[in-house]
Amino acid sequence: MEDVKIEDVIKIEDIIKQENLVFSKTKNLTDKTMSFCPGCGHGVAHRITMEVLEEMGISEDTIGIAPVGCSVLAYEFMNIDMQQAAHGRAPAVATGLKRVYPDKYVFTYQGDGDLAAIGTGETIHACNRGENIVIIFVNNGIYGMTGGQMAPTTLAGMKTSTSPYGRDVETMGAPLKITEVVALLPGTCYVTRQSVHTPGNVRKAKKAIRKAFENQKAKKGLSFIEIVSNCNSGWKMTPVDSNKWMEENMFPFYPLGDIKDEFKLLQK
Amino acid sequence: MGELRLMKGNEAIAEAAIRSGVDAYYGYPITPQSEILEYLMSEEPYKRTGMVVLQAESEIASVNMVYGAGAGGKKAMTTSSSPGISLMQEGLSYIAGAEIPCLIVNVVRGGPGLGTIQPSQSDYFQTTKGGGHGDYRLIALAPASVQEMSDFVKLGFELAFKYRNPVMLQADGVIGQMMEKVELFDQMPRLTDQEIIAKYPWATTGKPKSRERNIITSLDLEALKQEEFNLHLQRKYKEVTENETRYELVNCEDAEYLLVAYGSSARISLKTVQLAREKGLKVGLVRPITLWPFPSKIISELADKVKGMLCVEMSAGQMIEDVILATLGKTKVLHYGRLGGVIPSPDEVLVALETQIIGGK
Ligand SMILES: Cc1ncc(C[n+]2csc(CCOP(=O)(O)OP(=O)(O)O)c2C)c(N)n1
Repeated sequence: MEDVKIEDVIKIEDIIKQENLVFSKTKNLTDKTMSFCPGCGHGVAHRITMEVLEEMGISEDTIGIAPVGCSVLAYEFMNIDMQQAAHGRAPAVATGLKRVYPDKYVFTYQGDGDLAAIGTGETIHACNRGENIVIIFVNNGIYGMTGGQMAPTTLAGMKTSTSPYGRDVETMGAPLKITEVVALLPGTCYVTRQSVHTPGNVRKAKKAIRKAFENQKAKKGLSFIEIVSNCNSGWKMTPVDSNKWMEENMFPFYPLGDIKDEFKLLQK
Repeated sequence: MGELRLMKGNEAIAEAAIRSGVDAYYGYPITPQSEILEYLMSEEPYKRTGMVVLQAESEIASVNMVYGAGAGGKKAMTTSSSPGISLMQEGLSYIAGAEIPCLIVNVVRGGPGLGTIQPSQSDYFQTTKGGGHGDYRLIALAPASVQEMSDFVKLGFELAFKYRNPVMLQADGVIGQMMEKVELFDQMPRLTDQEIIAKYPWATTGKPKSRERNIITSLDLEALKQEEFNLHLQRKYKEVTENETRYELVNCEDAEYLLVAYGSSARISLKTVQLAREKGLKVGLVRPITLWPFPSKIISELADKVKGMLCVEMSAGQMIEDVILATLGKTKVLHYGRLGGVIPSPDEVLVALETQIIGGK
């Protein structure tokens, strides 16, 4: 039998046609290849945040604040006006900006070291004042960017480069549930904990982000979205194993779901 | 003629802020400058001009709020005193690195540590030699009267936006607390958002389809690009030095001896010049108005003509280092100062001049 090559039968030009297009990237993401490790949740969190802005038609009126951490280069990927803040200071930067542009949309995007260690003060007070902004908080239980040191959110007993024998809560303190703390403050309107490790969870997280920006539109005050995420590099696991580990270890301590809505704490 | 008022230096700063069309003031209380925040809160400028006034949770937060608003092209400022300014150093370094125009006021008190609430000039190093990390400069203005407290707020914002650079107004507790007659300038309008977009194309005001996104950052991980950016800053600083060096000369034409002093020390030294002249001594005063850029050129020129210079500072001798660099051994340069919040009298400065410089070896 004669050798038939696949490209002789199916022409690629016939496939790449406008009418066959089933998925496209939001215009709010640049074409730059993301610097995140393959398997990490940051990229998905970036994407759904940018999709929400496009779907709501508010991209031109939104300014994002990038933190110090793995997402320090968020402005390389997010195709909107962006400011880069000092480590932990994003909620103060966002406050300063939002107060002089009350009709623009302002959000911060922060890691757990940024938000719950060095920037705890700025976080608590922006939440307490009920700044009309959105905080997206990616909790991967570790300092990703600097190479996997212990974070305030690191689980008890969890091994990191600065807790090589496991986090000893007697000497290193217990993991901080900052999201539950900010939920207690009168200025927070909507507080929720999500994840982006399965298609279903991505959809839920995106809905939560949409709701947060709708709240900002309605000038309701601060919406706080925690995304529990893996850090496969920092945890030294494959992406698949890290997601399994996250379900088995992170979710019991950081349970997913809404914690506060319309200024009311939800009973669990 | 503008409106005349008898005001404290701190109040003059607050009123000048409103009248300069400032968009936002973010601050945290500390003596001896809490009157600024208090004045603004009681004046309610948000009713007068729409200006935002917010008490922040710390100076770290204040300076970062200024970062956010300034990066949006708005006129934003904060004020504090020494310990609070120390906390702001991280933010100032980021602001300089991101080239954000803004005004920071330091009504200096004695240190180190919690020190004292009494006036001092011991933050000169911090103001002019960095304070925060990296090769950056603040344009530093040193008012010597309540009038200049008002005028330099306006001037400070003009320079800040002209060069996209943070400006530090370095006063001290004497000028902050004393009352003098001030001629206030007329109310200037705040810029509209449209005017900001037109004037400051770099500002993060929301990205329309018609332009690329604006990014305010001090980060560039590539060493060669970071070097390129640093060289750009250095070129800017050179331009500022050439165009904006400011100073005042009093009785320098025939002077054999000079006092070099800024701020409150210059006011005291002015009296000393008068006392010396009454005794027949040919003494003049050089008053740096910009601490950075420092008036090195004129001081160098004067060094060729005089027999000696006495630097008068309420510090252990900080500005004197710049005077020595400017004069490079051409003339005798010595320091006289009081520390820890003590204010020298004109008479003791005269004694120091006569014994250390005129009569000294
Ligand atoms: C003042 C200051 N201290 C320390 C650092 C170093 N640093 C950079 S990122 C980081 C931790 C970031 O961790 P996290 O906020 O959890 O974000 P992730 O990288 O995990 O996304 C640290 C400590 C810094 N840049 N600035």
